[in-house]
Amino acid sequence: MKTIKNKTIEQIASWIFFAIGMITILCVLVITLYLISSGLPAIQKIGLKEFLFSSTWNSTGSDPKFGILPFILTSLYGTLGALLLAVPVGIGCAIYLSKFAPPALKRCLLMGIQVLAGIPSVVFGLVGMVVLVPWIRSMFHLSDGACLLSAMIVLAIMILPSVVNVSLNALDAVPSEYEEASIALGATKLETVRKVSFPAARSGILASIILGTGRAIGEAMAVIMVSGNVANMPNMFQSVRFLTTAISSEMSYASGLQKEALFSIALVLFVFILLTNTILSKLMKEVQSNDSH
Amino acid sequence: MMNPVLQAKGLDLWYGDHQALHSISLDIFEKTVVALIGPSGCGKSTFLKTLNRMNDLVDSVRVEGDVLYESHDIFDPILDVNDLRKEIGMVFQKPNPFPMSIYDNIAYGPRIHGIKNKRVLDQIVEQALKDAALWDEVHDRLKKSALSLSGGQQQRLCIARALAIQPKVLLMDEPTSALDPISTAKIEELIDQLKTKYTIVIVTHNMQQAMRIADQTAFFLMGELIEFNDTQELFLRPQDPRTSDYVNGRFG
Repeated sequence: MKTIKNKTIEQIASWIFFAIGMITILCVLVITLYLISSGLPAIQKIGLKEFLFSSTWNSTGSDPKFGILPFILTSLYGTLGALLLAVPVGIGCAIYLSKFAPPALKRCLLMGIQVLAGIPSVVFGLVGMVVLVPWIRSMFHLSDGACLLSAMIVLAIMILPSVVNVSLNALDAVPSEYEEASIALGATKLETVRKVSFPAARSGILASIILGTGRAIGEAMAVIMVSGNVANMPNMFQSVRFLTTAISSEMSYASGLQKEALFSIALVLFVFILLTNTILSKLMKEVQSNDSH
Repeated sequence: MMNPVLQAKGLDLWYGDHQALHSISLDIFEKTVVALIGPSGCGKSTFLKTLNRMNDLVDSVRVEGDVLYESHDIFDPILDVNDLRKEIGMVFQKPNPFPMSIYDNIAYGPRIHGIKNKRVLDQIVEQALKDAALWDEVHDRLKKSALSLSGGQQQRLCIARALAIQPKVLLMDEPTSALDPISTAKIEELIDQLKTKYTIVIVTHNMQQAMRIADQTAFFLMGELIEFNDTQELFLRPQDPRTSDYVNGRFG
């Protein structure tokens, strides 16, 4: 009799977990459908080519223009710039922590990185606004320091903890047998890290870059505070507006076609993130399959 | 009589406060196979890892006394430890090929030491694999991952990798303990061939293995070298009662 009862409990438990799993998928599905249904009408009215590739955004003028090319390029450049800054520093930091730092120092630095990861993005924006923006202004003799460069730097600092943490885990997971074998062959510590540890950890390091990319593309709050938020074509030293901030800065008062266009931007952002994630995880699969053959 | 290749003189070693080796003195001569035996924790592996200074990787290690390699003090601060490890190769207990192709595994050492010429590397790889009796099994799949090989093949690959930098001495830390009997027999056969070219120091927990392959055997117990003699002598006519007890299986 007991086994029958156990079986029933098992059955119920598996239904519960199935339901919970379904809720997650349902959320994704609902959001996707909603974005598509609310984002498509404006694109149809404006025209896809006009919407994606014209460089003027003037949503409130008497003859409104809805070209989001400046936002797309700004998001693209901003993310790339943040990655260019954060990835070398983050991976270097992870290598140092994993392979060279004395244990006590490693614990200290890790704590610092955890704190950095826990800081809310509005604080990053605030510090960027008060410290970084004036500094950039006087450094490059600009009339306003709120520009693409400031946004890149703030984004880089924000994604740094993700890059460090995930790369560090990957490097720590490299079996010490590999490293010992290399040392025993007369390789120096540095050669060992470069030729054995790093390649063995590269799929994890790539994962850290994916995580950083996702965070950088999706960030709005910190970016809106340091980038000036003007719909210019991207320029290192000019105020710019990102895909994310284009939505958040007009949504509160938008109506009609303008509001519909903002949903279209959200759809574009969504596709953007989907694409980068797909491409990068394809890349990661390739690296992993190279490792095992 | 010729000079020993490796010579330990009054070697003491501590891990933190724990003294793992007590005044070890031992001469190892060219082109012989020396087995280090003894129960777990007796210091035989520690001694082996001191000979190519792999113990340097352990944080709290401290050494006193001398080890001479070809009459040079291996702890001399002006000696380049990487050069020492190039002369004294090592094979580990668990086969540990790099997650790379068979070819790249063998070429790793030579590349580290500055050989870039593809033709030279090809030759080194072929020779090392032949010396390790692995060439016939893998010559048509050198670009395949080393991890696709069987455990025994992986261990012979590790031997080939060590041979590729042309060491004079080969240290082996229980190289067959993770292998099946057939792979073990192959490695033992290989050691017998290698001793015509190399000096081999092998740690083993398997006394039959020591008897089969070693010219001389050293018995360690609790960090001390109890007895060191020709293998036959040590097993058949042990001088020390502790050696006698161990080789006759009264403890272990």
